[in-house]
Amino acid sequence: MKKVMWLAVALVGLMALAGLAQAEDLTLNGAGASFPYPIYSQWTHKYNSLTGVKINYQSIGSGGGIAQIKAKTVDFGASDEPLKPEALAEAKLVQFPMVIGGVVLVVNIPGVGPGQLKLTGEVLGDIFLGKISKWDDPAIKGLNPDLKLPSQAITVAHRTDGSGTTFIFTSYLAMVSPAWKEKVGAGKAVKWPAANSIGGKGNEGVAGQVKVVSGAIGYVEYAYALQNKMAFTQLKNKSGKFLSPSLEAFQGAAANADWKNAPGYYLMLNNQPGDQSWPIAGATYILLQQDQPNAAKAAAMLKYFTWCYEHGGEMAAKLDYVPLPKTVVEMVKATWAKELKADGKPVTY
Amino acid sequence: MTKANPATSKGDSYFKWLTAICSLITPLLMAGIFLELVAHSLPSIKKFGVGFLISQNWNPVTEQFGGASSIYGTIVSTLIAMVIAVPLAIAIALFLVELARPGVSKVVSTMIELLAAIPSIIYGMWGMFVFGPFMAKHVQPLLQGVLGFLPLFQGPPMGLGMLTAGIILAFMILPFICAITRDVFQLVPHVVKESAYGMGATTWEVTRKVTIPYGLVGIIGALFLGLGRALGETMAVTFVIGNAHNIAASLFAPGNSIASTLANEFTEATDPVYISSLMELGLVLFIITYLVQVGAQFMLRKLYKSWSVGL
Repeated sequence: MKKVMWLAVALVGLMALAGLAQAEDLTLNGAGASFPYPIYSQWTHKYNSLTGVKINYQSIGSGGGIAQIKAKTVDFGASDEPLKPEALAEAKLVQFPMVIGGVVLVVNIPGVGPGQLKLTGEVLGDIFLGKISKWDDPAIKGLNPDLKLPSQAITVAHRTDGSGTTFIFTSYLAMVSPAWKEKVGAGKAVKWPAANSIGGKGNEGVAGQVKVVSGAIGYVEYAYALQNKMAFTQLKNKSGKFLSPSLEAFQGAAANADWKNAPGYYLMLNNQPGDQSWPIAGATYILLQQDQPNAAKAAAMLKYFTWCYEHGGEMAAKLDYVPLPKTVVEMVKATWAKELKADGKPVTY
Repeated sequence: MTKANPATSKGDSYFKWLTAICSLITPLLMAGIFLELVAHSLPSIKKFGVGFLISQNWNPVTEQFGGASSIYGTIVSTLIAMVIAVPLAIAIALFLVELARPGVSKVVSTMIELLAAIPSIIYGMWGMFVFGPFMAKHVQPLLQGVLGFLPLFQGPPMGLGMLTAGIILAFMILPFICAITRDVFQLVPHVVKESAYGMGATTWEVTRKVTIPYGLVGIIGALFLGLGRALGETMAVTFVIGNAHNIAASLFAPGNSIASTLANEFTEATDPVYISSLMELGLVLFIITYLVQVGAQFMLRKLYKSWSVGL
């Protein structure tokens, strides 16, 4: 009996100590995009185990992330769709890219395996417009003379929730297909014109629908295509080369992009030049307030982001994200020095 | 205690007030939700007017929103569910009460009640990964082969769409309707049934002329309970309805419902008109559900009067 009592007392004491220790640690709160959530959660976990700094990231969607950082209820926001420079200035926010991801097309056609089907931007646009509605359409056959394509109706699978992935994909279609640009446009959510189109929530929703609907084509983040072992397609890039998606091909897109002349890093990584550039890719962004209310927190955040840039690359690659090129990281650091202020002074970290 | 305790009467009045306040919570909550929905829908109501209910153009890029496809999908998927579930539920209930041996009845009843305990997301995932492909491979080609001349069953069999959503909904509301109907049938006094049998009536005659009329009020109550559940069901429908903002004649075609649209699009809607349009859809669903309940009450009252039987 006595033993139990002592144990209980010791336990309570330990818990109190743990509580104290936690209260002393710094906690950073962030919210936003769901696309980078897997890598953000790994980074925060690892960083916490190394430094004790606790970072809560809520994957509530880009829209919510933007709203919350504007309302100053979080320390940092995250969004897949970059804010335009004017919007940034108006809300007094600083924006910079964190990590890059690629969007790939997956199909469910009997007899067609991963990397076998070749598509071009124009044909893809016509498929998603509903102009090409059968898999044995001459336009598709012409690109794939060696494949046996069935005379099956094409079902287009897309995201139903507003998403950065959709934004990247529709921006690409608007770049390569004038008809798409005119009829549909680009956005986090659009009106899908094809008669045979079905929607799924999240990447997993679209991946699931392509898996169960024979004759379907959909766009997902690269990681989902790999994890679900789906038949991704080749795409023709700006240089006229047919490529299969790979981390190198996404890196090519990021490296060839003209970051320098993009204020607020507002930049599409779609349709970038270079033989090895995958044509559909995009960065996901972090948003900070220009005037940081708490210098210690601001420094902790910048330290964390620097750590992610410098030590997070391998973890990112494991999850099929592409780390930011070094040159871009240096540019981001220059932006911090120039635009971020705490108590009227640049943040030292 | 010989004298009356003055605290008792005081306690009574306290108790009365306490319960009154508690019962006030529900109407206040209802009114609050309604007003909040109206307030947030105002921008959309002002911008689109009645057109919102008629137009099926849902375009976040140009900020044009019309909720017709969602409203249509809500009603059609519910109708399909009711058409399938109601006769099935009544047939099962009759079998359990009138025809089955007590042992069988007990086992089947328990299984039906278990069906009601399955969370809706399980129905959704099962619907998408198991039932959808089954529909595409077997049911839809069969329907197309036999009834393909009807516009209802045209188009490529994808497995996901309005029909699949309706059938999944039917599975979901079946246990509710069935369990209540069974209870209602059990409450029909044995004396009444036995006298009918005594007069030489067959089981079918007893069912048609005694059991069903006697339990009609309860059955209708059960129907409306199922209807209410089907109208607002979200997760399962979102998985299988196909989520396309369009109205198609074919039941094979993908569609959407109010609840599925809200579930899909609310989290990432940033534009004020977009959010407001989603709110207005919520308001429409609120009103539809409310009307269904009022309709149910009205019908029940009428039935009470004309039959002067029931529970």
